[in-house]
Amino acid sequence: MRDLKPIYETENLKKEYAGRIVVDVERLAIGAGEMFALVGPSGAGKSTLLRLLNFLETPTQGEIIYQGQSVNGNLSIETRRQVTTVFQRPVLLRASVRDNVAYGLGLRGQRADGRVEEMLTRVGLAALADAPAQKLSGGEMQRVALARALVIEPRVLLLDEPTANLDPYNVGLIEEIVREQNRARGTTIVLVTHNVFQAKRLAQRVGLMLSGRVVEIGDAQQFFDAAQDPRTTAFVRGEMVY
Amino acid sequence: MDELSRGFFQALELIFSADPALYEIIFLSLRVTGLALLFSTLIGVPVGATLGLSRVRARGFITVLLYTGMGLPPVVVGLFVYLMLSRSGPFGALGWLFTPSAMVTAQIIIAFPLVSGLTMAAVQGVDPALRVQVRSLGATRAQEVWAVLREARLGVVAAIVAAFGGIISEVGAVMLVGGNIEGKTRVLTTAIVLNTRTGEFSLAIALGVILLGLAFVANVAMLRLQGKE
Repeated sequence: MRDLKPIYETENLKKEYAGRIVVDVERLAIGAGEMFALVGPSGAGKSTLLRLLNFLETPTQGEIIYQGQSVNGNLSIETRRQVTTVFQRPVLLRASVRDNVAYGLGLRGQRADGRVEEMLTRVGLAALADAPAQKLSGGEMQRVALARALVIEPRVLLLDEPTANLDPYNVGLIEEIVREQNRARGTTIVLVTHNVFQAKRLAQRVGLMLSGRVVEIGDAQQFFDAAQDPRTTAFVRGEMVY
Repeated sequence: MDELSRGFFQALELIFSADPALYEIIFLSLRVTGLALLFSTLIGVPVGATLGLSRVRARGFITVLLYTGMGLPPVVVGLFVYLMLSRSGPFGALGWLFTPSAMVTAQIIIAFPLVSGLTMAAVQGVDPALRVQVRSLGATRAQEVWAVLREARLGVVAAIVAAFGGIISEVGAVMLVGGNIEGKTRVLTTAIVLNTRTGEFSLAIALGVILLGLAFVANVAMLRLQGKE
């Protein structure tokens, strides 16, 4: 994590569903302003970990410290609103593209001013602003979801397989917007993906998750070129390790 | 066939002749059904929404009750309301029997399961991932519920229209508890029954055409609402 101040720190974080341990992470720190990628096969617990980081679930054990404060149980709505997620499958509201993007501002009692139009331009959907969101293509829908998340200016943006099942054109667009958001605006980004190439393209630091546990975390270059754990080397090479 | 076409033209004549007795019947129908619909919407939509949103264990049983209620024979509801409101019944003191109030009461009982049951189904039909999504965007609990209800709105409108169609056209309950008294409790459906029995076919057909027209207008209104989406 180099010299970044951590925005998240977790200690012995565990999440169980019906007696099955889905997440079992000893220690994880995510630096403010970094782009961190979590790779691993599906079912490794990556998405659950993201939901924990978005305060959508409470840990069965352990705690999450967000900006130096333990969030277990007592989390103000203002703090919660600093973090948002773009999920793999975008669920849009039955409304126009513009209204979808403005949704988060409305929740905060803010007016949908020029920011919405600006964001629509940024994701290349200005021309479709008045179209019903339900009629868009998969890639366009995901861009609406991304715009809807970015317009509220989150401190932390969590991305849960944001480009799985999308065509290369949309993948490229989305990756570029995400990169710009991190580099130019300093938004902390945690990306969950099973695609090691995407992690390589985007992240400064990468972690591998297997059956609920974090196997290894390292700077991107070290992670991909000189991993400590043989399982990481195998996963990066695309050899099955699970 | 001749009877039908002749009746149909006489019906059109009647409709455009502004016959006060005819209009009284139409207005009473709309008043009774409108009031019943208003009350069953005011109670049924919140009840259906609550059931659709909650994960209570008793919901399965309540669902069965509501779905049974959706198929209640109006004449049985009429009998029940009749017994409740008859002079020796528990609510006999109200003096509602053979008044529009009794008819509204019976129609509320018929419409309520339709409104609440279909509202519940509409709310349950909203993508469950939506709640997580809006919470992640910063919605409070109340904002989350509101988002789900907004998504279900077309289904709620359909529920209300279905209830309207159900009660404007029912005859068993209003006949029993209203008594089809001329100028007092005679509505479109009971008038059709009476006029058919007495051989006044053209009048019966006229009333039928009007009834169909009302149902048609209600459905057009619903389709237009859905078309706006």
